[in-house]
Formats: sequence, structure tokens, C-alpha cells
Amino acid sequence: MSIYPDLFVTFAKVGVMTFGGGYAMLPILQREVVDNKGWATEEELMDYFAIGQCTPGVIAVNTATFIGQKQRGIAGGILATLGVVFPSLVIISLLAGVITTFSHLTWVQHAFGGVRVCVCILILNAVVKLYKKAVVDAPTLLVFLAVALGSYFTPLSPVLFVLAAAVAGIALKNMGVKK
Amino acid sequence: MLYLRLFWEFFKTGLFAVGGGMATIPFLYNMADATGWFTRNDVANMIAVGESTPGPIGVNMATYVGYVTGGNVGGIPAAVLGAAVATIGLVTPSIIIILIIASFLKSFRNNRYVESAFYGLRPASTGLIAAAGLSVVVSNLFFAETLDQGFSLALFNWKGWILAAVLWTLTNKVKQTKGLHPILFILGSAVAGVVFSM
Repeated sequence: MSIYPDLFVTFAKVGVMTFGGGYAMLPILQREVVDNKGWATEEELMDYFAIGQCTPGVIAVNTATFIGQKQRGIAGGILATLGVVFPSLVIISLLAGVITTFSHLTWVQHAFGGVRVCVCILILNAVVKLYKKAVVDAPTLLVFLAVALGSYFTPLSPVLFVLAAAVAGIALKNMGVKK
Repeated sequence: MLYLRLFWEFFKTGLFAVGGGMATIPFLYNMADATGWFTRNDVANMIAVGESTPGPIGVNMATYVGYVTGGNVGGIPAAVLGAAVATIGLVTPSIIIILIIASFLKSFRNNRYVESAFYGLRPASTGLIAAAGLSVVVSNLFFAETLDQGFSLALFNWKGWILAAVLWTLTNKVKQTKGLHPILFILGSAVAGVVFSM
């Protein structure tokens, strides 16, 4: 297979096998991209993953763009990215239609009532995990509290909080350096 | 033009959501309030669907929102087009940013300003997700509509609290279950929802 369709198909496979995203996809990338295709080394994959995590956007997408770019430049990056999102497009489009059709049924509404409780716990667990890595001292605790309360109690866009936090981070760190 | 707006809203989400799939949730809440395309309750359903289907959760939620929004103005073709537009909007900033960074990879990771920006971005992103999580809790574990009758026990969705306590214990404390995939807890909660009329 020529490399362009191969990039698309391989990342579509990664997309299908990833549930939930993030770290869940690391072992799948290791098998498909490092072991089977040899498109990146283990260390490169870890680098891409780390950068994918600290750049905006979905980590899975960022990693796919990196590997595609490394193989065949801009076109490769775009094809790998389209590959990784393609299964989502197909599966969700099929599923969303089904859910919309049946959503007026009482038992379906009850089922989603239970599911939303589960979502509360899933978000809580995610926040606890992120909190341990992100809140490391008093200034980061302050940023966390300010953003959490500000975002909950005001209608301000998350964009503003993200921009302000980046500026605050640079200011806080570089003040510390001068001391 | 609905599709342009859809693209733009998700472009912003892709550009500013730092830290992966869960980080897109606060943007979806903001989008629900700002556009009226879907409700806050829909977002919670989308999170569940996004977690339980193959594919990265951030992409799944974008696809779902696009499908529902497009479907509101037309039939299935309009819905599928909406799904595609939202998804492409979400990944476009990633593609641009990563293609730029790929050309000076090593120096990006070790740059002092990039590092210190993330010192502030990580707790901010966590704070945004916490605020979104609090919204989900308030709308699902409390009956907000009874609040104007004063504070009482009727305010609590006690079935929800019991299920939440069980789920928290299973996902954090029980060694045999805490490593299980979220999809199993979501499916179990759906069954509990039907059995106990939640």
C-alpha cells in the first residue's frame, strides 16, 4: 500500500480502537505505529505525546498530526488526522440518529438519568487526577480556585481564563527566577 | 450561516482547550449558553456517548454536537454535514499548531516561556473542568426547580446520590473494579437508571 492511504487507514484503526482518548490510546499507538509500521521510535512517540498534551486540542489528534507530518510533510499530517477522526464521524452519526429517534421513550430518559450521574463521577475522577499534577504550590492553587469559581459564577468565555492563566504563568515563573 | 458559525465555535474550542478531551467540556457548556443549539443536559449525555464509543472523546463530542445542530435545520444529510464541519473545526487549530511546532520540536519543549505558560495553564484547565463538573452535579444530583420552595430534603436527588456514592467507591476504592473501563460504569448506570426510574 502506498504511504498516503496507509497513513489514513492506520490512524483510522487507531481511532476505532481508542476508547475515551488520552493515555488509553498509548498502547495502541505503540503497537500500530512503532512496532508494526516503524513510523516512530518509542522515545519519539513519548515526545509527541508530551507535546500533544501541552498544546491545545485533542491529544490523539495532535499525536496523529505529528507522526503524519514526520512521514510525508503537511499532506501526511492532514491525512493522518483525518484518519483518526473518521471512525468517530461514522459511528457518532449512526448513533446520534438512533438516540434522537428513541430519546422520547421514558425508559431511555431514565437510562440517561443514570448515565448522567456516572458522568458526574467520571468528571470528578478526571479533575482529581489532573489536580494532583497541576496544583503543585500556592500560586497554582490560587489559579485553580480563581478559574473554577470565575468560570462557574460568571458567563465569561473559557477563552479568557485560558489566556489570563498563560500570562499569569509566565509572570509568576519569571518573577520567581529574579528572586 | 449556521455551518460557518459551527466551524468557528469548534475552531475556538480546538484552539483554547488545553489538556485533551475533557478540556473541551467547559467550551461545550459555554456554547450551549451562547448559541442555544443544545442544552446543558445534552452536554452531559454527549459526554457519556463520547466516553462509550470508539474514538477520542473530544472528537466524539464535537461530532455529536455538530450532528445534533445540523439535524435541527434539516434532515440526515444536514446533520452529517454538521458533524463533519464541527469535527474539522475542532482539529484545524491542532493541525496548524502541530505543523508549526514540528519544525522546531526540541526547542519548543525546553523553552522557558512555554514551560512557564503551562505552569499557569494546567491549574486553569483543571479549574475549568471542575466548574463544568459542578454544573453537571447541580443539574443532576439536585432538583433545582424545588429550590424556590426553600431548602429541604426534597432538594436532593437521593437516588442519584446513592448511585454516585456507589460509583465513586467502585472507581476509587475497590481494587477489583477501579481499573475497569468507564464504558462499563456508564452501561451499569444506564441499567440502574432504568431499574430505579432515575
